[in-house]
Amino acid sequence: MADAKDSTSATDTTVKRRVALKVLATTLGAGAFAKAIAPIQQFTASTNAQEWLQKHYRELSSRELREVLARLEAETKQKYGREVTIEDVRPQAGVQFAYALNLSVCIGCRRCVEACHQENNHDRASHNSYIRVLEMEQGSMDMERGRADYDHPVRDEGKFYLPVQCQQCENPPCTKVCPVEATWKEPDGIVVVDYNWCIGCRYCEAACPYHARRFNWRKPEVPAHEINPKQSYLSNRIRPQGVVEKCTFCLHKTRKGELPACLEACPTGARVFGNVLDPNSSIRWVLENKRVYVLKEELGTRPRFFYFFDK
Amino acid sequence: MNAHSPPRALHAALTLWLAATAQCANRDVQERLYAPADASRDAALFAVSIHQPRWLEAISTGHTDALGRVVEVRCETCHSTQQFALPTSATTLGGPHAGMRFEHGSNQCASCHDPARFDRLRMATGESIPMTDAMRLCAQCHGPQARDYEHGAHGGMSGHWDLRRGGRTRNHCVDCHDSHAPRFPQFSPAPPPRDLPTHPHPRGSHG
Repeated sequence: MADAKDSTSATDTTVKRRVALKVLATTLGAGAFAKAIAPIQQFTASTNAQEWLQKHYRELSSRELREVLARLEAETKQKYGREVTIEDVRPQAGVQFAYALNLSVCIGCRRCVEACHQENNHDRASHNSYIRVLEMEQGSMDMERGRADYDHPVRDEGKFYLPVQCQQCENPPCTKVCPVEATWKEPDGIVVVDYNWCIGCRYCEAACPYHARRFNWRKPEVPAHEINPKQSYLSNRIRPQGVVEKCTFCLHKTRKGELPACLEACPTGARVFGNVLDPNSSIRWVLENKRVYVLKEELGTRPRFFYFFDK
Repeated sequence: MNAHSPPRALHAALTLWLAATAQCANRDVQERLYAPADASRDAALFAVSIHQPRWLEAISTGHTDALGRVVEVRCETCHSTQQFALPTSATTLGGPHAGMRFEHGSNQCASCHDPARFDRLRMATGESIPMTDAMRLCAQCHGPQARDYEHGAHGGMSGHWDLRRGGRTRNHCVDCHDSHAPRFPQFSPAPPPRDLPTHPHPRGSHG
């Protein structure tokens, strides 16, 4: 009897513990589930059905594109408190862009970096920019050994300065690795990203040999009065969090015939930009008369960004 | 290699198909949202102007007016009414020109300035030219820079690369170079980037 009584009480204890474990597991499970879906709830709160259903940029009809641009303008107003215009600026017929940079006169002042930061509505906290100026030892040509974090009066003795941004390659490794074709090369040579199609996998960032792509780890924060209101879909509109972005040769300016912001900011005139198809352009003169070179030529990327020295 | 062939072929086909559909969509968009450049405008190009710095024709007195603006005085205010002896060096100058730094090779004042009229310049040929034509004078010695400038490969600018659609303003030599000490000075750069990963090459590991 004593044995039976003992075994009954043992069963009771076991059952109670089992119930307790079930309750605990259910609570933990429910908690974990709530935690797991929390981002989705946040996401749906700030994202509407139209954004979910938006097609790839290159598949949008003109009416759909107009709706998308209007929606993005309204979103910018709502999220950032600034009236902006977001255009779709298309490539011009008979225009192929190229850029050249005179390393003999670049002094490494980072004015181009600042101009890019402001023109392209970059996140203020991370002080992001599409241009990185590398301080190089004279005689060295290996950009991987350049330093971007120098902070002393320039130009320093024995150094030269190598500003690096997207090289707009003819054979771009970044567009090939994109699993969703959210990045591609436009007819005028500019490599662009559909920020609304990008899934943020960062393969392109890893594929770029020039470290030219940036990832939006956070929602970009720009004070309303500092926002550049002249925006375009493929270039300087404020990017969403979690997507990759890159230099677009300021296509919202250059496709309207204007010079890119980094060139206008350069105090030394080291930068030359233009249409290579125009035989009278400055860029053609540089390519024909200066000994230009490209970065990491051995990779076969065929950049549209050229560097040269005066002597 | 064979294992890669089917996906590659599939990828190529997909890319072609996407490109074809995209082109159709793009053509539609291009016509409706953006007017391509008009070829008939080729004849009428916008002008390229060269910025004219004020200090080619005036000099700061070192004073500011009630609104905080620098008070300038034009060269001819003094030089058209008074005769000055040719100074031997820039450092002996007084008045509005006091404290001038001169680091421009072995040039003398009269190498560039017209000794007969100090508010004008004198070319190597003896031709007297106004201060505003200074670039011609600079070009006498700085041929490669003048050649590069002429072709748009030297000197800062702003405006349009496409002159069919807008003008361009170019810097004058003296916008960037002090003609008396033309070497570009050292100055502090804009702050370094904050988004750099840990640098693979610790300071001092090369060079």
